[in-house]
Amino acid sequence: MNVSYEWLRALVPGVPSPTQVRDLVTSRVATVDEVVALRQDLAPIVVARVVESVKIPDTRLSANKVDAGTGELLDVVCGAPNVTVGKLYPFAKTGTTVPIGLKIERRKIRGHVSNGMLCSPDELKLGSDHSGIMELDVDVAPGTPFLDVLASADTRIVVDVTPNRPDLLSHVGIAREVAAALGQAVTLPPIEGAAQVPAAVRVEREGTTADITVRVEDAALAPRYMGVVVRGVKIGPSPDWLVQRLEAVGARSINNVVDATNYVLHELGQPTHAFDLARLRGQTIVVRAARAGERITTLDGAERELQPSMTVIADADGPQAIAGVMGGRDSEVSEETTDIFLEVAVFSPSATRATRRTLGLSTDASYRFERGVDEELPPRALVRVAELVTALAGGRVDDPPIDVRASEPSRPAIALRAARVATLLGEPVPLEEMAALLRSIGFETTSSAPGVLDVVAPSWRRDIAQEVDLIEEVARLRGYDSFPDELRPQRPGNAPDSVDYVVARRVREALVAAGLLEVRPMPFVAAFDEGAYVRVANPLAENEAFLRREVLESLAKRAEHNLAHQQGNVRIFEIGSAFLPGSPHPTEEVRVAALVMGDRRPPHFTEPRPPRVDEWDVAWLAQVAARAAWSGARVELVPSNDPAALWQVMADGEVRGSVRRVSLDAPVWAAPAFGFELTVHRTSAAETAPAGRNAWETAAPVAPAPRRSAFRPLPTTPPAPFDLALLVPDQVTAADVERVIRRTAGDVLESLELFDLFEGEGVEPGFRSLAWTLIFRHPDRTLTAKEIEARRERILSALNKELNVRPRSA
Amino acid sequence: MTAPPTDLSTFIALLDEIEREGVPALGAASDAATLEAVRIDFLGDARGRLRAAQKALGALAREDKPAAGRRFNEVKTRLESLLAERRAAIEATRADGRPRDLTLPPRRQWLGAKHPVTLVIEEIEGIFRELGFTVATGPEVETEWYNFGALNFPPDHPAMDMHDTLYLRDELLLRTHTSPVQVRTLQRYQPPVRVLVPGNVYRRDFFDASHAPMFAQIEGLAIDEGISFVDLKATLSNFARKFFGASRTRFRPSFFPFTEPSAEMDVQCGVCGGAGCATCKGSGWIEILGSGMVHPRVLESAGVDSERYTGWAFGMGPARIALARYGIPDIRILYDSDVRFLEQMADPASNGGGR
Repeated sequence: MNVSYEWLRALVPGVPSPTQVRDLVTSRVATVDEVVALRQDLAPIVVARVVESVKIPDTRLSANKVDAGTGELLDVVCGAPNVTVGKLYPFAKTGTTVPIGLKIERRKIRGHVSNGMLCSPDELKLGSDHSGIMELDVDVAPGTPFLDVLASADTRIVVDVTPNRPDLLSHVGIAREVAAALGQAVTLPPIEGAAQVPAAVRVEREGTTADITVRVEDAALAPRYMGVVVRGVKIGPSPDWLVQRLEAVGARSINNVVDATNYVLHELGQPTHAFDLARLRGQTIVVRAARAGERITTLDGAERELQPSMTVIADADGPQAIAGVMGGRDSEVSEETTDIFLEVAVFSPSATRATRRTLGLSTDASYRFERGVDEELPPRALVRVAELVTALAGGRVDDPPIDVRASEPSRPAIALRAARVATLLGEPVPLEEMAALLRSIGFETTSSAPGVLDVVAPSWRRDIAQEVDLIEEVARLRGYDSFPDELRPQRPGNAPDSVDYVVARRVREALVAAGLLEVRPMPFVAAFDEGAYVRVANPLAENEAFLRREVLESLAKRAEHNLAHQQGNVRIFEIGSAFLPGSPHPTEEVRVAALVMGDRRPPHFTEPRPPRVDEWDVAWLAQVAARAAWSGARVELVPSNDPAALWQVMADGEVRGSVRRVSLDAPVWAAPAFGFELTVHRTSAAETAPAGRNAWETAAPVAPAPRRSAFRPLPTTPPAPFDLALLVPDQVTAADVERVIRRTAGDVLESLELFDLFEGEGVEPGFRSLAWTLIFRHPDRTLTAKEIEARRERILSALNKELNVRPRSA
Repeated sequence: MTAPPTDLSTFIALLDEIEREGVPALGAASDAATLEAVRIDFLGDARGRLRAAQKALGALAREDKPAAGRRFNEVKTRLESLLAERRAAIEATRADGRPRDLTLPPRRQWLGAKHPVTLVIEEIEGIFRELGFTVATGPEVETEWYNFGALNFPPDHPAMDMHDTLYLRDELLLRTHTSPVQVRTLQRYQPPVRVLVPGNVYRRDFFDASHAPMFAQIEGLAIDEGISFVDLKATLSNFARKFFGASRTRFRPSFFPFTEPSAEMDVQCGVCGGAGCATCKGSGWIEILGSGMVHPRVLESAGVDSERYTGWAFGMGPARIALARYGIPDIRILYDSDVRFLEQMADPASNGGGR
């Protein structure tokens, strides 16, 4: 909502400065986004006095000496007929630009030097008068900035009006709040030279004004429809003051009649529309639903097809306006117009909104109707617009206006309990103070019981429906600052930390410690197999219309982005959601995924080309993440049967995810990429409890604490290590060998560590050489060489028998 | 030296021999003089063994040259990099074992880092944890009821225009705010409830310098008997002092369907100290968060007696806070995931320090 400061001041003469109005409105009413000084194009213009003036022979010109407060008299040539010695005029010095875009330079005219320009109103864009320079009737020193003496220099105050406050979408609405804060009243300036407007005739559905039959077919579409005929208007330009008012709120002047309707919209918040009476056929106006296939060309020149969900204002032949949105071109007021029908109505908010959305056509009128126009406003607005039209364009109102209204909405009293106010706001507010605050903005209050105020909201406050709405009014009118910042005692909450958040935090810490960088990319992807993906019905882009099934899809795209920027060392992870189709709701899984590629470490002078990350690095990272996620669980990597994966990640025997190679759209220099993805939580949009009900549990569940390690006494006996270098047939896995070793070695085997793998020269084909270090230790005594040798033989014999594995001779 | 080989297998065998002998020779060289002798023997320009092999390469049959060349390059690269490594190691070590040049850089590991949005969320979380808040979460795919209906959004009302929504189908959408978790939490746990709700939310906004279709939000909710607007102001002002070091806060009227009274909190502009500047658009204040007393209809939606229980809620955008805090000019940088940007987060000293 653009508010003109001068307009506001006309309604509330005592308003303080624009910035003070900004602070007042922001703290009590609605946020002021900005305060804009208008006509800054006039800033370089100063007031100057003509000290001497001599006609230049054979021309219309005069050579003048001008005092512009510079300390010397300037020579200025002027072509205006009204240059008068001793008078003050707006003056543009050499080097400045006047509002019409003319740059003022030092010139020589007919042998006379000119150092500036005395300005006419049209040169300053202050109207169309170019008959002479603008004589200023003020008493200021030469050199004073022209804006300081210009009565029409205005300031625009931009208010961010929230959707619940349509009453603030007018100057009177803002003025009402400002006046209340200042303890003043809003006065509507009277309109000079206006015709008398007779009292309206109220009907329920249908009535006549000036031979025009007005019928509202469905009161739900237009709860109130008023109209009046003005005859004998003369269409022409608007006076300067009106043009400036409209410019100050960002509107454009069209002609005197249309400007009058716009003025009332911005003054009172009531949209109105003027039809050219001569263009309405059949002496009839009907407010009805549009018929399928009906078309209309609107004021903006667009031809639009109408639907039965839309409301139209029709004459005997068809639609002449789309109700609440825009008038039709056919019945538009034009130069030839002499008689007009002025419509002042209230249209259904939801219907207007639906129409506006369907047509994609938002106007000042639809904006207000959608939010709700005061149903008691039309009678006042009708008189105001008719007066303004007749004052600006002449004409007369011969017949009483018509007022079609089926019923009046009731405005029940709402009980406001002082005790409830004290509970909710944290501080008691005396009943009398509340009453005074509410009355200051038009509420009516009575009190029928102690501690209770019965409050009736004014008709323009349709947002006030229950007690808490009144409490908000009290709080804001009293000022939010009036309530203390005081930390008071409180009870701890019942809700434990959510499990997935606790897990995410642990995983994040672990992966950051492992040197990975966290990312938070967008989850939108293109899908090749659409059935496998959850689709967005109204996506921003068709090539990103689906939600990812895997977090690695996003990470792969981010890796490609890095490669495109010559960054080949990528080590990123994300904890985020993946979406799988499901019924009735998609399944949403919180996943942790990582993608790594490139150098395993930063280069160093001892290692100029560090080794590249490979499968074995990402396998470890997957274990790190899984151990953090399922703390204390047995985490295993099991070779995967799926050719797309390397391993399945298991925690306590359950499959939680996989480790794999990631294929990228990568340049040739890029290293291979590896990734893992684990599912740590599963959820959906299924209801927590039915609407309006709860599912409180008596014993609230708590997030599982990390499993604790148990202390084992540190060994006091010496270890007995030895190495086993084995020739292992290709079809036998390291895990097979380890299983046999562990089974046959017995309890005294403390650890088993693979330390070498070799194949190729020196190893016979069909075999690999694998070597383990075994450490034996007895808890109570030193193992003898014999005992250890016996175990070695037992292990080798079992390996040979079961797996055809034999020791590798040196 | 034997005669130069003229067939491929002999040539490969020669290179194998050079590699087999060269690698341990280089590895064993423990001082500069020995290393130089080994270098001349294997990699010397004039009489080095590799140079000889290279000459022999020219004599091979045309069809054998690619394979021979590949093997030659392999061996040469391996020996050269080993030489560089040994040279650096010898350079760096003096006879007494103390490195000769202590200005040489340490050996590094990659540093990890949390995303800046996570850092902001965790810092906010830390402040509220001191006041007994826990963390709640909820699904990102939501029903229209949890996202709008339960939160007192009137159907088909201009208030909905504040949330341009990505729908999956009728009545199912990507949540436009974290507030649905208010209702889910209140349905699940009896008050007192004091939770923070971080999470991703979605709006149908095109990606540009200041908008993203998905972004993080963090919400707070406190419900109990007797919780008031004073508690809201006190808790959020306390937060602002700790988080922003703000000397002053301001609460002003606002509108959210799910709170009443609604209030937005501003902190005094840190750039101009409240005098008014370009950062605060001349007002002296920076908008931080939206808040309000939870609307009775929201409590009733969750099956909570709104006469008995009251409370407050707030919501804010960690991404926007991160932009201001780290001086990031374009919100897309947060989501592009460029490792150079993320590494700045890992090491504040790398680009001149934090705030």
